[in-house]
Amino acid sequence: MKVALIGLGSVGRGVAEMLAKKDLGLVLTGIADSKSGFMDPAGIDISRVLAGKKKNGYCGDQDLTAEDVIKKADYDALIEVTPTNALSGEPAIGYIKAALNRKKHVVTSNKGPIALAAKELRTMAKKKGVSLRYEATVAGAIPVMHTLEHGLAGNEILALYGVLNGTCNFILTRMAAEGLTYEQALMEAREMGYAEADPTYDVQGIDAAIKLVILANTIWDNGVKLGDVDRTGIDLLTPDALRLAGEEGCTIRLIAEANPKKHLLRVSPRILDKNHPLVFDGTLNALTLETDMAKEITLIGRGAGSIETASAIIGDLLYIRDRYVQRA
Amino acid sequence: MKLEMKDSPGQLVAALKPISEVGGNIIAVIHQRDPEYDGDTLNVQIVLELPKGRLDNLIGLLKEQGVHIQRIGEERLLYQRTVILIGHLMHTGFSDTVDQIDSTGFAEVTEVAMSMPAVTERSSSRITIRAVSREDMEAALAILRRVSLQKSLLLIEPLEDSS
Repeated sequence: MKVALIGLGSVGRGVAEMLAKKDLGLVLTGIADSKSGFMDPAGIDISRVLAGKKKNGYCGDQDLTAEDVIKKADYDALIEVTPTNALSGEPAIGYIKAALNRKKHVVTSNKGPIALAAKELRTMAKKKGVSLRYEATVAGAIPVMHTLEHGLAGNEILALYGVLNGTCNFILTRMAAEGLTYEQALMEAREMGYAEADPTYDVQGIDAAIKLVILANTIWDNGVKLGDVDRTGIDLLTPDALRLAGEEGCTIRLIAEANPKKHLLRVSPRILDKNHPLVFDGTLNALTLETDMAKEITLIGRGAGSIETASAIIGDLLYIRDRYVQRA
Repeated sequence: MKLEMKDSPGQLVAALKPISEVGGNIIAVIHQRDPEYDGDTLNVQIVLELPKGRLDNLIGLLKEQGVHIQRIGEERLLYQRTVILIGHLMHTGFSDTVDQIDSTGFAEVTEVAMSMPAVTERSSSRITIRAVSREDMEAALAILRRVSLQKSLLLIEPLEDSS
């Protein structure tokens, strides 16, 4: 199957490296970053492109844009991994629509378009007879969407709750373990490369809320938006609060929770028993699904990282290949 | 409650029936035969939940069945939850915050642990609430949510299983 890759940040690089390294039967025929593009219907030499990107700061021909590659390259599936814009979803929404219009499958890790325009994009994909998949948007490497779609097929999902932001989980782990203040733990998270220079999205629960919206819309198709999430971050927590919880054998974690029957859509710090399955140290993510037949299922794994996210994207690509695309 | 009844077939069922008739919920029935004892009565302990004001009704019905009540121990506030509050707890009237729960009549603050690092800094407290029933606990937490919002306090609730 032929694929085109738009975006060469951490995730894009991870995907490119795995396409080059592993014999997956996926041929890269188009590639673009924010400054350039490159196409070769016979297959791009990935290591050369990555070396060029490292040396020059761009991957291909500066006369070619991402849009050109999306509209002209010969591919079956587009891999859209440009940076997330949670407010407009652009330019990713435009990229995805352009590919769907050409009857190309789309795989994305981009939360913006899925949180803002999932319904429209899914409808469009259906009309064009192609697939739109976004496993990588929620909980990184954890196969949440595949589990919902296949493993739990036929189950009614009653509720879900989980740890969907690794940065917050790391900060809370460090506050509880060492008695650090929020500011100290945040600084440590930055030094470790777990937190952005502007940590607002993570620590105020916006990132977790976006993932919650994506999950709710995927499972219940209820059209909820980011503004519908009742959201409280971790930036006002005190070390004393974690100590007071610890004295009772508990700790505090940032939990995203949805329960349509209770009209509940919430991201907030919560008290959990230290033995609770959603209590673990570090940057991992986890999600518990409550269903009618399987009852509770909890998935735990890496929620971020270049190769980890590539795992989710490649899972989507190979699913599309096996289901829709015959030619290898 | 601890009951004494005739040790004959059907007696235990007859003693349990009135509990459901008055809308009670049986949590546990402890019924152990003492091998040394060869009397013709049977001692049974029953843990149950009863709607408010139904106890006298139940006692009457049990007496009619010929069941002797040896002891009744009452635990009014069965449900317990612990929350954490962060903010300017004293400046915003902590005793008023507690009173808003205590004055409901169906829920009480039974334990408070507090830490106040400095006058200008936000303090943290762990508050244990007990309530008569699950619904009353929800009502008490709803009050606490409202008060926290009014007083700009951060309320951290436990994660309960949704089901």
